[in-house]
Amino acid sequence: MEGQAILTTPLAHAVGVWIGALLTLMIFSFLYKDNPFYKFAEHLFVGVSAAYWMTVAFWTTLIPNLIARLWPSSMGSVLPSAVGNERNWWYLVPLVLGLILLTRLIPRIAWLSRWAMAFVIGYAAGTNFTRYLQSDFVTQVQSTMVPLYEPQGTLMATIGYTFSQIVVVGGVICAVIYFYFSKEHKGSFGRAARVGIWVLMAAFGASFGYTVMARISLLTGRMDFLYNWFIGANW
Amino acid sequence: MAEAEKTEKTEGTEKKGTFVEKMGSVDRRIIFLLIGLAVLIPIIIEYTTAIPTSPLVQNLFDKIESLPPGSKVLMSFDYGPSTVPENQPMATAFTRHIFEKGHKLYLMALWATGPRQSEALIEDVISVEFPDKKYGEDWIHLGYKAGNQGLINTLLSDFTAMYTTDLDGTSIDEFPMMKGIGSLTDFDLILGLGSGFPGTKEWVQFAGDPGDIPVGGGTTAVMAPLLFPYYPRQIVGFLGGLQGAAEYEYALIKQYPKYEEKSRLASTSMGPQVWAHLVIVAFIIVGNITFFIERSRRKRY
Repeated sequence: MEGQAILTTPLAHAVGVWIGALLTLMIFSFLYKDNPFYKFAEHLFVGVSAAYWMTVAFWTTLIPNLIARLWPSSMGSVLPSAVGNERNWWYLVPLVLGLILLTRLIPRIAWLSRWAMAFVIGYAAGTNFTRYLQSDFVTQVQSTMVPLYEPQGTLMATIGYTFSQIVVVGGVICAVIYFYFSKEHKGSFGRAARVGIWVLMAAFGASFGYTVMARISLLTGRMDFLYNWFIGANW
Repeated sequence: MAEAEKTEKTEGTEKKGTFVEKMGSVDRRIIFLLIGLAVLIPIIIEYTTAIPTSPLVQNLFDKIESLPPGSKVLMSFDYGPSTVPENQPMATAFTRHIFEKGHKLYLMALWATGPRQSEALIEDVISVEFPDKKYGEDWIHLGYKAGNQGLINTLLSDFTAMYTTDLDGTSIDEFPMMKGIGSLTDFDLILGLGSGFPGTKEWVQFAGDPGDIPVGGGTTAVMAPLLFPYYPRQIVGFLGGLQGAAEYEYALIKQYPKYEEKSRLASTSMGPQVWAHLVIVAFIIVGNITFFIERSRRKRY
């Protein structure tokens, strides 16, 4: 909070904007060719990011989720709301697993770290499996089993609806056929697989279009920042 | 080094080539320059364009519009500073709409970088435009908790197991709007603003589907294609990138004309989008034409 208060002074804000603008220009300079200014900005970014994430992980994960659960009374100046809570001995398990993970640094007992890793992988697999199966498979299959014809009020709307449903159902079937390799892609089966490729191409094209839009959005954000910096509107 | 020499050599040869050959291997720096100009000039001349609302966005707008006043809306900030140009206009438009309808807003984050973005929203929008909205009664900032989809999983069964305090460490029992919040199912709508993992997709998988809770939100354009399969059965609607945000602003202004001047954060950025896309499309067309011309020449000789 103290750091935030310092940064809100006009001078600190202006200095922050200038540093941001100069670092942005250094990164943009790579578009012309690689140079020491770009390298400096890149290394600075990597270093600051690593330090930032380490600090964030310590204060937002280790302190509230582990230390405060095991030694709540010692949290007086850090997490006052934890003081008075009962000590939870179950948190010794993640503490031990966490320490075991660090044995990777000692080759002689590095094998111990696999236990902790197995726990992490097991938890992730168990948690994700049912949810992915339900949301990304069962419900998706249900969403594809739609009526092709359903009156929509007007004739044009009904035609549009039917066409749309045929594209969805037909597109899914053809795309799945393309990935079926136990039968040679010949004749009508091959033609369906061919349509499947077009469906995939259309999906990749949509993804590419969206990606371009995303990158231009970010460029617009930086350009807008630089322009406001240049005319002195944001400092 | 050898590659650079080779490129220079190639460029030298191409100077003597035909117009088609030159266009087929235009220096990438010229493309960067043109894209830069296509973005910068609309910013300088403040070129904007209206983006009519698509059904995907309109559905979400209608959902918020149809909720009775006092409904509980959870908005999760699952992004960082790198995608602010795309995600922040979404948060701004949602907040205006939510408060306009008299709903209660709960801010949280699955990303450690999220709270800084929600603080920006508080500074720029809530404090300035809605000073009458009381903290703890109309809106609350619950902050970030680690755990990704595991956090959502826990919140679905027991919200207070993870959130015992707000961002500043005050016990949630002291806030009237936290009374009756036992799990995620107590919320009327969840809005996930995401730019990666975990994000809107995880809100659908771990909260919306198992808890039968309406989920909507907004994602960066890169993530948008991953959410389309969930619409409309598993997701109420979502804003796909800057265009989605501009569409929501359009719907908001149409319903509440008083936001005509204020709610233009995404719309103003759509001008550069249009021109940059035109430049890219032009280069794709030119690239293809030169490719086919060169191929037909090769076949001829």
